[in-house]
Amino acid sequence: MNIYWNSFADFLAMGGYGLYVWGSFGVTALVMIAEPILAVRSRKSLVARLKRQARADRNKEQ
Amino acid sequence: MIAAVGAIVARDLKLAMRRQADLVSVLFFFIIVASLFPLGVGPEPQLLKKLAPGVLWVGALLATMLSLPRLFADDYRDGTLEQLVLAPQPLGLTVIGKVLAHWLVSGLPLALLAPVLGIQFDLETDALATLTLSLLIGTPALSGIGAIGAALTLGLRGGGVLVSLLVLPLYIPVLIFGAGAVDATVTGMGAEAHLSILGALAIGGVFFAPWATAAALRISLE
Amino acid sequence: MNNRLINWFKYASPQSFYPLAGKMIPWFVALATVFGAAGLWLGLAVAPTDFQQGEGYRIIFIHVPASWMSMFIYLVMAFWAALGLAYNTRLSGMMAQALAPTGALMAFLSLWTGALWGKPMWGTWWVWDARLTSELILLFLYIGFIALQAAIDDPRRADKAGAVLALVGSVNIPIIYFSVKWWNTLHQGASVSLNKAPAMASIMLWGMLLLALSFWMYSIAVALYRARTIMLERERGTEWVKEVLQREGAK
Repeated sequence: MNIYWNSFADFLAMGGYGLYVWGSFGVTALVMIAEPILAVRSRKSLVARLKRQARADRNKEQ
Repeated sequence: MIAAVGAIVARDLKLAMRRQADLVSVLFFFIIVASLFPLGVGPEPQLLKKLAPGVLWVGALLATMLSLPRLFADDYRDGTLEQLVLAPQPLGLTVIGKVLAHWLVSGLPLALLAPVLGIQFDLETDALATLTLSLLIGTPALSGIGAIGAALTLGLRGGGVLVSLLVLPLYIPVLIFGAGAVDATVTGMGAEAHLSILGALAIGGVFFAPWATAAALRISLE
Repeated sequence: MNNRLINWFKYASPQSFYPLAGKMIPWFVALATVFGAAGLWLGLAVAPTDFQQGEGYRIIFIHVPASWMSMFIYLVMAFWAALGLAYNTRLSGMMAQALAPTGALMAFLSLWTGALWGKPMWGTWWVWDARLTSELILLFLYIGFIALQAAIDDPRRADKAGAVLALVGSVNIPIIYFSVKWWNTLHQGASVSLNKAPAMASIMLWGMLLLALSFWMYSIAVALYRARTIMLERERGTEWVKEVLQREGAK
């Protein structure tokens, strides 16, 4: 289980394929960060909306 | 059973004949799309001959799709569709009738028109024959599969664009084997294999897809 | 046996599924992170180079899992769709709706990484290879599903219409794949296949499997999370949602 790379620069260069390899991993990481953030956001806005509605309903009843 | 299907076909044909403008505009759409391509890519006969199967098939496919939203919309608006759903005969049979009628007023005229357009693309006689034959066999599948999309989007806003989004990916196998049959004739390989697979797709489209369409209609009318 | 069946149906109601999903999500997130870190470590740091493709082959570690997930999620969607049509359960439609965006994203990632792999390997971003083309069509199917559901206001109709579409799509996928393959062999002399993986050393295989597991756990977590949001929205006005909202306020 030795680390294959000699230096960090080698790791980044990916033997000349850096753009392609990091382009793939980078976009994948971006998507996998953005999707949960969007999901959390839409849930939060929904909860806020439902609460506002509930409050409005309660006020109407009073 | 056949009489019931026949009655639906006759009724839809009669209705279609009352609105011949719709019918003609689908055909003109096909003609215009096919004529745009030479203007877009240039008039070299060799290039056009190579493009012809794909262009004519895609044109026919888009023209069929254009006429899809009307398949159920009129009956839906005047309440006939609800009557048909409640009728004692299976809804799937009714849909088969409507699909056949749709084919008679869209697929069949398109197939008969296609060889004329094929001449514009410098296709040989045998290729023209295969083109007509492949459209005759393939367009029923287009009507059958398209009916599912038309039923799912019944009464929705933006229904026309939505139908194309749903239906076009499902049309791809028909396109591949239809255009492939013509291409095979042009390049001198036989078209039989393509045509028989196209026939299988058409049987699926006309006899199996209507049951999915019937389910979709029930959902849309609930 | 009978007992288990009852339990199963108990969790099929949004009211009891909601808290269960809430408890499961952190576990799936944790598993996704652990598997992901281990897979990335093996794939990027430890695994040796491929003598044919050089370091470029490392894209396979995410390309293959993304492609698998995109196909698998469509099957799961179709499974929920069939369940929903057969038993008329509310949960199934919500699950299918929650899965679709993740599936579409996986299909997109598969295409994106495929293009970035293709450029150095074959010198072009895109080839009309049978697998790539099928993946593109799969993305179209996802987009159709999402667009149809978005266009229908009544959630019950949206669920059922989506279910019919998902089932029709899943019947069509093998036909599409077969026809694209046929078309491809006719039109391309030298077929280049993206998934012709380099002869993989076991360490590479492990890296890929761990990342595939990580993608699985990630998809489950996101889909469950989204399903919970959908449940709240659809069941608003019911007692249990009101209770949930109150608890959210207390936090």
